[in-house]
Amino acid sequence: MTTTTAPPAGVQPAPETPKPRRRAQRTAGEGRMAALLLSPTLLVLALVILYPLLSAVHQSLFRAESGLDADGFVTDVDAFVGLANYADLFVGESGRRFLNALGNTTFFTVTTVFLETVLGLCLALAMNRAFRGRSFLRASILVPWAVPTAVSGLLWRWIFQSDGIANTLLGSEILWTAEGNASRAAIIIAEVWKTAPFIGLLVLAGMQVIPAEVYEAARIDGAGWWRQLGSITLPLVKPTLLVAVLFRMLDALRMFDLPFVLVGPGKESVETLSMLAWDESNQLRYGSASAFAVMLFLYVALVAIVFVKVLGADVTGAKELKLISKKSRTKATRTRPIAEQEIAEQKKAEATR
Amino acid sequence: MTISDLRNAATDSGAGTPGATDAVVPGKPKAQRTWRSYSVYLGLALIFAYCLAPFYWMLVSSLRRTADIFDNTLLPAPFSLENYVKVFDGSTMFGQALLNSLIVAGTTTVFALLLGVFAAYAISRLNFRFKSLILGVIIATSMFPGISVVVPLLRLFTDLGWINTYQAMIVPSLSFAIPLAVWNLTTFMKALPFDLEEAAMIDGCTKWQAFRRVLLPLAAPGVFTTAILTFIHSWNEFIIALSMINDPKIQTATVAISKFTGATEFQAPFGEQMAAGVIVTVPLVIMVLIFQRRIVEGLTAGASK
Amino acid sequence: MRQRRRTWQTLLTTTATLTVAAVALTGCGGTAREAKSAPSAAAAFEGKGPINYVSSRDSSKAANKSIEEWNAAHPEEKVTFIELPDSADQQRQQLIQNAQIKSDTFSVLNLDVVWNSEFAANKWILPLPADAVPTDKMIPGPVNAAKYRDTLYAAPYYTDGALFYFRSDLLKAAGIAAPPKTWDEMKTACKAVLALPEAKGMSCYAGQFDKNEALTVNFSEAVASAGGSIVDADGKPTVNTAEAKKGLNLLVDGFKEGLFPSDAITYLEEQGRRAFQDGKLVFLRNWPFLYSSLSATDGSSKVAGKFGVTSIPGTDGPGVSTLGGRNLAVSPFTKNKATALEFIKFFTSEEQAQKRLALSSRAPVYASLFEDPAVVAKRPFFPTLLKSLSNAQPRPKVVQYGATTKAIQEEAYAAITGKKDTDTALNDMQAKLTELASK
Repeated sequence: MTTTTAPPAGVQPAPETPKPRRRAQRTAGEGRMAALLLSPTLLVLALVILYPLLSAVHQSLFRAESGLDADGFVTDVDAFVGLANYADLFVGESGRRFLNALGNTTFFTVTTVFLETVLGLCLALAMNRAFRGRSFLRASILVPWAVPTAVSGLLWRWIFQSDGIANTLLGSEILWTAEGNASRAAIIIAEVWKTAPFIGLLVLAGMQVIPAEVYEAARIDGAGWWRQLGSITLPLVKPTLLVAVLFRMLDALRMFDLPFVLVGPGKESVETLSMLAWDESNQLRYGSASAFAVMLFLYVALVAIVFVKVLGADVTGAKELKLISKKSRTKATRTRPIAEQEIAEQKKAEATR
Repeated sequence: MTISDLRNAATDSGAGTPGATDAVVPGKPKAQRTWRSYSVYLGLALIFAYCLAPFYWMLVSSLRRTADIFDNTLLPAPFSLENYVKVFDGSTMFGQALLNSLIVAGTTTVFALLLGVFAAYAISRLNFRFKSLILGVIIATSMFPGISVVVPLLRLFTDLGWINTYQAMIVPSLSFAIPLAVWNLTTFMKALPFDLEEAAMIDGCTKWQAFRRVLLPLAAPGVFTTAILTFIHSWNEFIIALSMINDPKIQTATVAISKFTGATEFQAPFGEQMAAGVIVTVPLVIMVLIFQRRIVEGLTAGASK
Repeated sequence: MRQRRRTWQTLLTTTATLTVAAVALTGCGGTAREAKSAPSAAAAFEGKGPINYVSSRDSSKAANKSIEEWNAAHPEEKVTFIELPDSADQQRQQLIQNAQIKSDTFSVLNLDVVWNSEFAANKWILPLPADAVPTDKMIPGPVNAAKYRDTLYAAPYYTDGALFYFRSDLLKAAGIAAPPKTWDEMKTACKAVLALPEAKGMSCYAGQFDKNEALTVNFSEAVASAGGSIVDADGKPTVNTAEAKKGLNLLVDGFKEGLFPSDAITYLEEQGRRAFQDGKLVFLRNWPFLYSSLSATDGSSKVAGKFGVTSIPGTDGPGVSTLGGRNLAVSPFTKNKATALEFIKFFTSEEQAQKRLALSSRAPVYASLFEDPAVVAKRPFFPTLLKSLSNAQPRPKVVQYGATTKAIQEEAYAAITGKKDTDTALNDMQAKLTELASK
């Protein structure tokens, strides 16, 4: 069509710079374009997250020195206390609660994400098969993810009531919503039910871009189903799977609604960090509530970094892109200066016009 | 390969030529295949049951009368539509709330995909500095606990005059949708071979055309998957919508559900909530039925060689 | 080279600007809770015009009727009903959020009685003029609950007290003439009733024991019924007393001795209602709301016509109920305070309360309405409820009610689940409450 639709990089006549350093040149054009493409995203995120985050960090350094004046009114002057709110997280009663919540959060994250991954993979494999009625299966698999969290919390609370359907079917008298391990199990069952489809769907999409030829080749070589799964499907969906798991982890670490609705606030065996932060702010202790939130943020960040580093979730694209550019550019770019290539591109564009 | 070739390949494959889907079913000797297909169907049935049993319970419960809402019979007896009538009872404006949810979730999805595709393209195809840092910053935004975002945002949106507007719900929803879109699409675009676009460019496409005609159709499964996941996520968003909106004309379905009241203040409106849950879930299922073909039978990698 | 730098400079500058802006905004955020200015006791109620009434939905539509009537008479000062979620926690959260950003959207607030002190002390509601509501005609308990440090901050809207439901048919069958007045009498009665063949599989008694506000209510009632209290007149905690111990032990022993069904630990109001309605309980402590569903004759209730109500039992005589209910208050951030005050006067007037009785089963705060024969005919439990309300105790009137009730629930729950013995639990509770009171 026309060159007007071409992105700036294509129109940018770079060759004026004398003696161009190739890499720098290329990056200049691409960097500019990247900045253009990324800035709206960063702008929106800055608005909705950066501001609240900074606000929380700021708030976490203050404490309402609340007292009552002679007439019984709250005189809370926010006093700067430095890192005292953070230090308090680790001592005494609040320290015990914090560590308990940290333990619960970690426990729920590890168990639910593990089960979801296994189940999600099964779901994806099932959805990926060709059989009659699969579109119905695909839609039904997504039903749990589509039920609003608050409603699903209620639904499960109801299923797990002392005289609910769960106990009726099991013939048991388990108190799923009281303190104890049963309530943990209830949370895990409900959470996995709701979010396994998330992983399933993402992995399914990942499976779709595996070329059919790869399987054909494997079949010709006599590889069985498990072999194909282990040496083709899994390695090839790994990047998508890792992204799915990463996002599930981030979400699970911030788990709030489900334990809150299903078991209730203030129950030690299921209290998560998010619930603790909520409880603090509910009691108007914004300083320590913010400290909890910031700690949770740091914890999530830490887990994410470790996850990416250890499992080699090459999601930044740095490694592979290098490979790609090495492979493709050795023939195209490396052999001739970028300026020439761009002129050639422009000519081509004009030619199509 | 020309662009029109590619385009034809796209439409062909969309029309249902044997793609990777069928190929994934591994070839097997016939005797084993029957045995396997039975066990596979059993497995599928189990998965089906696991996904739908709780939903079935929701459906059954929504069809009971308030008086016998706590029965544990597997069929509602007596059958009653009382809860559905109450959900749509005039004062709740539930129909309007559904429409609002559609507007908010739809806009969120469109924007998230638009921004996500741009960003993912930049990250997967362009060389520039701080790439890891930027990806890190993008995902970091989905690490902050949602409940801690509310009060600062409420203050901000009040100053901006955004209370009771759609954007007050759409913009915060983007904070979840964008990171997912960016990360997922980046993974997808990275997995797609670079040669293809280059071939297209050598054949006379501009970068933009190569992107639009070659890369984007190939990434369709990722795009539609992301669309479904982000749509559902913002469809289900509650706490921001609750805090930013107090006009029933603009409130979303989840907020409307939270305002259902039982016969008295100690009675939770279980039946109505379950009925509303069913009502809210159905459009999503329909949407998935429409989109799933695009996920699975979009331009698969079969066209890439 | 220069270009690249410029690009990144642009991006960095944008980010930096946003950051600075955000920090600046945060700065404002931090100071939003500055020290509050001195109170003006007779805060000027000025400004007329449209206002918003903020409350959860009234399923009986009685409140909506009152508002319609007001709007018909005051076309220039229309009241809009802003609905809040059904959950009390979410209501409070919304109210506080809006107070914190000083939003003028919320004008008249519907507050739970236990939030009164917190909202008053934080100046999120205005003190009312002394003559705003006819407090002399109201039951003293609810009026007291609407006061903070002897100043009336809210107009009582409706009230709630505990009722003791009993199976009259079974008591009769066991030859017990009158419902029990004390816990000991209840235990004796249970023994006799549960020995009956028709009472097979039943449990004696249940209240609400899940870790929830309802547990605070049940604990407070047990302690008060044993002659103790949670805080004394000066607001000092008194839960390490012998009376408090006796009170808590009633609940602890109830579970230990199998007097309560073991799943009562997960009971809220609803589960208790169902257990009683399905004929699984002989006695039940609950609010008046279930009277109508228990009496339902459409087959949903197995106890219709087979139960009665009286005051909850104590240790030496009838027990002491805890006070529930709601008040209406004016937000200081609304523009049209004069209209808001006039609306509250109208809404909580005896006339409107009587009109609402036709639709709603919520108990009015006007004592005279409980004795109206027409009303009693429709709601036979009203005289009993009035008796329950007349000596009902409020829950601790403290500013930090949220933390207080949490501490109570925490320790009481630990005691009734056997995680702590009664003494330890009460000592820990005393320590926590003392710490809270000192703040």
